[in-house]
Amino acid sequence: MKRWIRDGDVVIGRLDRQEAAVVRGLVSQIQDMLLARAEEAPQDELAELTGIRTGPSEAPDDPILGRLLPDFHRLDDDAPDPDEVNSAAALRSLHEPELLDHKTGAAEIVLQTCSPDGGEIRLSLGEAEAWLASLNDVRLALGTALDVTEDMPDELPPEDPRSPHLGVYHWLTWVQDTLVEAMMR
Amino acid sequence: MTTPVEQERTQPEAIGEEIAAEDRPWQTVVWNDPVNLMSYVTYVFQKLFGFSRDKATKLMLDVHHKGKAIVTSGTKDKVEADVAKLHAAGLWATMQRAS
Repeated sequence: MKRWIRDGDVVIGRLDRQEAAVVRGLVSQIQDMLLARAEEAPQDELAELTGIRTGPSEAPDDPILGRLLPDFHRLDDDAPDPDEVNSAAALRSLHEPELLDHKTGAAEIVLQTCSPDGGEIRLSLGEAEAWLASLNDVRLALGTALDVTEDMPDELPPEDPRSPHLGVYHWLTWVQDTLVEAMMR
Repeated sequence: MTTPVEQERTQPEAIGEEIAAEDRPWQTVVWNDPVNLMSYVTYVFQKLFGFSRDKATKLMLDVHHKGKAIVTSGTKDKVEADVAKLHAAGLWATMQRAS
Protein backbone atom coordinates (compact mmCIF):
# COMPACT_ATOMS: atom_id res chain seq x y z
CA MET A 1 0.00 0.00 0.00
CA LYS A 2 1.26 3.41 -0.93
CA ARG A 3 -0.34 6.41 0.72
CA TRP A 4 -3.51 7.70 -0.94
CA ILE A 5 -3.18 10.71 -3.20
CA ARG A 6 -5.86 13.07 -4.41
CA ASP A 7 -5.93 14.31 -7.97
CA GLY A 8 -8.80 16.80 -8.30
CA ASP A 9 -12.00 14.83 -7.78
CA VAL A 10 -10.28 11.45 -7.82
CA VAL A 11 -8.56 9.69 -4.93
CA ILE A 12 -6.00 7.08 -5.89
CA GLY A 13 -4.51 4.25 -3.85
CA ARG A 14 -2.93 0.89 -4.47
CA LEU A 15 -3.21 -2.40 -2.57
CA ASP A 16 -1.34 -5.60 -3.29
CA ARG A 17 -3.28 -8.85 -3.54
CA GLN A 18 -2.79 -9.82 0.11
CA GLU A 19 -3.76 -6.37 1.40
CA ALA A 20 -6.87 -6.39 -0.79
CA ALA A 21 -7.81 -9.80 0.67
CA VAL A 22 -7.50 -8.43 4.23
CA VAL A 23 -9.63 -5.35 3.46
CA ARG A 24 -12.28 -7.34 1.57
CA GLY A 25 -12.40 -10.09 4.21
CA LEU A 26 -12.88 -7.73 7.14
CA VAL A 27 -15.34 -5.43 5.33
CA SER A 28 -17.45 -8.47 4.31
CA GLN A 29 -17.50 -9.78 7.87
CA ILE A 30 -18.76 -6.46 9.22
CA GLN A 31 -21.29 -6.23 6.41
CA ASP A 32 -22.58 -9.74 7.27
CA MET A 33 -22.94 -8.85 10.96
CA LEU A 34 -24.90 -5.71 10.06
CA LEU A 35 -27.12 -7.54 7.56
CA ALA A 36 -27.88 -10.19 10.19
CA ARG A 37 -28.88 -7.42 12.60
CA ALA A 38 -31.12 -5.90 9.90
CA GLU A 39 -32.87 -9.28 9.53
CA GLU A 40 -33.83 -9.13 13.20
CA ALA A 41 -35.93 -6.00 12.64
CA PRO A 42 -39.55 -6.57 13.58
CA GLN A 43 -41.83 -7.19 10.59
CA ASP A 44 -45.32 -5.86 10.94
CA GLU A 45 -48.23 -5.26 8.63
CA LEU A 46 -48.40 -1.56 9.44
CA ALA A 47 -44.76 -1.11 8.39
CA GLU A 48 -45.49 -2.90 5.13
CA LEU A 49 -48.51 -0.70 4.47
CA THR A 50 -46.89 2.60 5.35
CA GLY A 51 -43.39 1.84 4.16
CA ILE A 52 -42.10 3.25 7.44
CA ARG A 53 -39.57 0.76 8.73
CA THR A 54 -38.90 0.27 12.39
CA GLY A 55 -35.80 -1.34 13.83
CA PRO A 56 -35.35 -3.17 17.11
CA SER A 57 -35.76 -0.98 20.19
CA GLU A 58 -33.08 -2.80 22.18
CA ALA A 59 -29.34 -2.29 21.81
CA PRO A 60 -27.46 -5.34 20.47
CA ASP A 61 -25.98 -7.71 23.06
CA ASP A 62 -22.84 -8.12 21.00
CA PRO A 63 -20.24 -5.48 22.02
CA ILE A 64 -19.03 -4.99 18.42
CA LEU A 65 -22.54 -4.34 17.09
CA GLY A 66 -23.17 -2.20 20.17
CA ARG A 67 -20.23 0.03 19.23
CA LEU A 68 -21.32 0.28 15.59
CA LEU A 69 -24.93 1.07 16.55
CA PRO A 70 -24.76 3.31 19.63
CA ASP A 71 -27.64 4.53 21.79
CA PHE A 72 -28.93 8.09 21.31
CA HIS A 73 -28.53 8.84 25.02
CA ARG A 74 -25.69 8.14 27.40
CA LEU A 75 -27.40 5.76 29.78
CA ASP A 76 -26.04 5.25 33.27
CA ASP A 77 -24.96 1.59 33.55
CA ASP A 78 -26.27 1.20 37.11
CA ALA A 79 -29.23 3.55 37.36
CA PRO A 80 -30.43 4.64 33.91
CA ASP A 81 -33.05 7.39 33.81
CA PRO A 82 -36.31 5.62 32.80
CA ASP A 83 -37.33 8.51 30.49
CA GLU A 84 -33.99 8.30 28.69
CA VAL A 85 -34.27 4.52 28.41
CA ASN A 86 -37.67 4.90 26.69
CA SER A 87 -36.45 7.71 24.48
CA ALA A 88 -33.29 5.76 23.48
CA ALA A 89 -35.44 2.74 22.57
CA ALA A 90 -37.78 4.87 20.43
CA LEU A 91 -34.91 6.68 18.69
CA ARG A 92 -33.08 3.42 17.99
CA SER A 93 -36.13 1.84 16.46
CA LEU A 94 -36.66 4.94 14.32
CA HIS A 95 -33.06 5.47 13.10
CA GLU A 96 -31.41 2.05 13.10
CA PRO A 97 -32.74 0.82 9.72
CA GLU A 98 -31.24 3.86 7.98
CA LEU A 99 -27.95 3.55 9.85
CA LEU A 100 -27.69 -0.12 8.85
CA ASP A 101 -28.40 0.81 5.20
CA HIS A 102 -25.70 3.46 5.35
CA LYS A 103 -23.09 1.11 6.80
CA THR A 104 -23.86 -1.90 4.60
CA GLY A 105 -23.97 0.42 1.56
CA ALA A 106 -20.52 1.84 2.39
CA ALA A 107 -19.18 -1.71 2.77
CA GLU A 108 -20.66 -2.61 -0.62
CA ILE A 109 -18.86 0.31 -2.29
CA VAL A 110 -15.53 -0.88 -0.82
CA LEU A 111 -16.17 -4.42 -2.10
CA GLN A 112 -17.07 -3.08 -5.55
CA THR A 113 -14.04 -0.80 -5.87
CA CYS A 114 -11.40 -3.08 -4.29
CA SER A 115 -10.49 -5.83 -6.72
CA PRO A 116 -9.67 -9.23 -5.14
CA ASP A 117 -6.50 -9.14 -7.24
CA GLY A 118 -5.35 -5.85 -5.70
CA GLY A 119 -3.90 -3.11 -7.89
CA GLU A 120 -4.75 0.55 -8.35
CA ILE A 121 -7.92 1.87 -6.75
CA ARG A 122 -9.50 5.00 -8.24
CA LEU A 123 -12.29 6.52 -6.18
CA SER A 124 -14.70 9.40 -6.68
CA LEU A 125 -14.97 11.65 -3.62
CA GLY A 126 -18.25 9.95 -2.71
CA GLU A 127 -16.65 6.51 -2.92
CA ALA A 128 -13.71 7.74 -0.86
CA GLU A 129 -16.23 8.86 1.82
CA ALA A 130 -17.64 5.33 1.83
CA TRP A 131 -14.13 3.89 2.23
CA LEU A 132 -13.47 6.21 5.19
CA ALA A 133 -16.71 5.20 6.93
CA SER A 134 -16.20 1.51 6.21
CA LEU A 135 -12.53 1.42 7.27
CA ASN A 136 -13.62 3.20 10.43
CA ASP A 137 -16.29 0.56 11.10
CA VAL A 138 -13.73 -2.21 10.63
CA ARG A 139 -11.33 -0.49 13.02
CA LEU A 140 -14.11 0.03 15.58
CA ALA A 141 -14.95 -3.67 15.35
CA LEU A 142 -11.32 -4.80 15.62
CA GLY A 143 -10.60 -2.25 18.33
CA THR A 144 -13.55 -3.57 20.37
CA ALA A 145 -12.56 -7.22 19.80
CA LEU A 146 -8.91 -6.53 20.71
CA ASP A 147 -9.88 -4.30 23.63
CA VAL A 148 -7.73 -1.47 22.26
CA THR A 149 -6.90 1.33 24.73
CA GLU A 150 -5.55 4.87 24.25
CA ASP A 151 -2.02 3.80 25.15
CA MET A 152 -2.01 0.58 23.15
CA PRO A 153 1.60 -0.34 22.29
CA ASP A 154 2.64 -0.85 18.67
CA GLU A 155 3.28 -4.50 19.44
CA LEU A 156 2.06 -6.87 22.13
CA PRO A 157 4.19 -9.65 23.61
CA PRO A 158 4.27 -12.59 21.15
CA GLU A 159 2.45 -14.86 23.62
CA ASP A 160 -0.57 -12.49 23.66
CA PRO A 161 -3.23 -14.07 21.42
CA ARG A 162 -4.16 -10.60 20.12
CA SER A 163 -0.62 -9.97 18.88
CA PRO A 164 -1.02 -10.99 15.19
CA HIS A 165 -4.30 -9.05 14.82
CA LEU A 166 -2.86 -5.86 16.27
CA GLY A 167 -0.58 -5.51 13.25
CA VAL A 168 -3.63 -5.54 10.95
CA TYR A 169 -5.35 -2.97 13.18
CA HIS A 170 -2.36 -0.60 13.05
CA TRP A 171 -2.04 -1.06 9.29
CA LEU A 172 -5.75 -0.18 8.80
CA THR A 173 -5.22 2.87 11.01
CA TRP A 174 -2.46 4.00 8.66
CA VAL A 175 -4.60 3.32 5.55
CA GLN A 176 -7.47 5.36 7.01
CA ASP A 177 -5.24 8.18 8.23
CA THR A 178 -3.57 8.69 4.84
CA LEU A 179 -7.02 8.63 3.18
CA VAL A 180 -8.22 11.39 5.56
CA GLU A 181 -5.06 13.35 4.75
CA ALA A 182 -5.69 13.02 1.01
CA MET A 183 -9.32 14.09 1.43
CA MET A 184 -8.43 17.15 3.52
CA ARG A 185 -6.04 18.54 0.88
CA MET B 1 -56.70 2.41 40.55
CA THR B 2 -57.14 6.07 39.90
CA THR B 3 -57.19 9.18 42.03
CA PRO B 4 -58.81 11.80 39.81
CA VAL B 5 -59.01 14.52 42.45
CA GLU B 6 -55.35 14.41 43.25
CA GLN B 7 -54.47 14.28 39.59
CA GLU B 8 -56.34 17.51 38.95
CA ARG B 9 -54.47 19.16 41.75
CA THR B 10 -51.00 18.09 40.61
CA GLN B 11 -51.50 18.58 36.90
CA PRO B 12 -50.74 22.33 36.69
CA GLU B 13 -47.42 21.81 38.46
CA ALA B 14 -46.47 18.99 36.13
CA ILE B 15 -47.27 21.11 33.09
CA GLY B 16 -45.20 23.96 34.49
CA GLU B 17 -42.16 21.70 34.84
CA GLU B 18 -42.70 20.35 31.36
CA ILE B 19 -42.60 23.82 29.84
CA ALA B 20 -39.47 24.75 31.74
CA ALA B 21 -37.75 21.59 30.51
CA GLU B 22 -38.88 22.25 26.95
CA ASP B 23 -37.30 25.69 26.99
CA ARG B 24 -33.88 24.17 27.42
CA PRO B 25 -32.21 23.37 24.10
CA TRP B 26 -30.80 19.99 23.18
CA GLN B 27 -27.09 19.31 22.82
CA THR B 28 -25.09 16.90 20.69
CA VAL B 29 -22.29 15.33 22.71
CA VAL B 30 -19.33 13.49 21.18
CA TRP B 31 -17.45 11.14 23.53
CA ASN B 32 -13.83 10.09 23.44
CA ASP B 33 -13.02 6.56 22.39
CA PRO B 34 -9.65 4.88 21.90
CA VAL B 35 -10.20 3.91 18.26
CA ASN B 36 -11.34 6.99 16.35
CA LEU B 37 -8.47 8.87 14.73
CA MET B 38 -7.89 12.51 15.66
CA SER B 39 -7.55 13.40 11.96
CA TYR B 40 -10.78 11.58 11.09
CA VAL B 41 -12.80 13.19 13.91
CA THR B 42 -11.63 16.65 12.76
CA TYR B 43 -12.53 15.76 9.18
CA VAL B 44 -16.02 14.57 10.19
CA PHE B 45 -16.75 17.77 12.16
CA GLN B 46 -15.75 19.91 9.16
CA LYS B 47 -17.63 17.79 6.67
CA LEU B 48 -20.91 17.34 8.62
CA PHE B 49 -21.23 20.75 10.23
CA GLY B 50 -19.21 23.01 7.92
CA PHE B 51 -16.88 24.07 10.76
CA SER B 52 -13.55 25.75 9.95
CA ARG B 53 -10.43 23.62 10.37
CA ASP B 54 -9.60 25.57 13.56
CA LYS B 55 -13.02 25.07 15.16
CA ALA B 56 -13.14 21.39 14.21
CA THR B 57 -9.63 20.84 15.61
CA LYS B 58 -10.49 22.61 18.87
CA LEU B 59 -13.59 20.45 19.37
CA MET B 60 -11.64 17.29 18.49
CA LEU B 61 -8.99 18.20 21.09
CA ASP B 62 -11.74 18.80 23.68
CA VAL B 63 -13.09 15.32 22.99
CA HIS B 64 -9.57 13.88 23.24
CA HIS B 65 -8.44 15.69 26.41
CA LYS B 66 -11.70 16.28 28.32
CA GLY B 67 -13.43 13.05 27.28
CA LYS B 68 -16.30 14.80 25.51
CA ALA B 69 -17.40 17.94 23.72
CA ILE B 70 -20.73 19.56 22.87
CA VAL B 71 -20.52 20.00 19.11
CA THR B 72 -23.96 21.38 18.20
CA SER B 73 -27.16 22.43 19.97
CA GLY B 74 -30.69 23.43 19.07
CA THR B 75 -34.10 21.85 18.68
CA LYS B 76 -34.64 18.19 19.44
CA ASP B 77 -35.12 17.40 15.73
CA LYS B 78 -31.92 19.13 14.69
CA VAL B 79 -29.83 17.48 17.40
CA GLU B 80 -31.40 14.09 16.72
CA ALA B 81 -30.43 14.43 13.03
CA ASP B 82 -26.89 15.50 13.98
CA VAL B 83 -26.46 12.47 16.26
CA ALA B 84 -27.71 10.17 13.47
CA LYS B 85 -25.14 11.68 11.06
CA LEU B 86 -22.33 11.22 13.60
CA HIS B 87 -23.37 7.58 14.11
CA ALA B 88 -23.21 7.05 10.35
CA ALA B 89 -19.63 8.39 10.45
CA GLY B 90 -18.82 5.99 13.31
CA LEU B 91 -18.42 8.55 16.10
CA TRP B 92 -19.76 7.91 19.57
CA ALA B 93 -22.41 10.63 19.91
CA THR B 94 -25.42 11.09 22.19
CA MET B 95 -28.01 13.82 22.82
CA GLN B 96 -28.99 15.51 26.06
CA ARG B 97 -30.92 18.51 27.36
CA ALA B 98 -28.81 21.53 28.25
CA SER B 99 -28.59 21.71 32.04
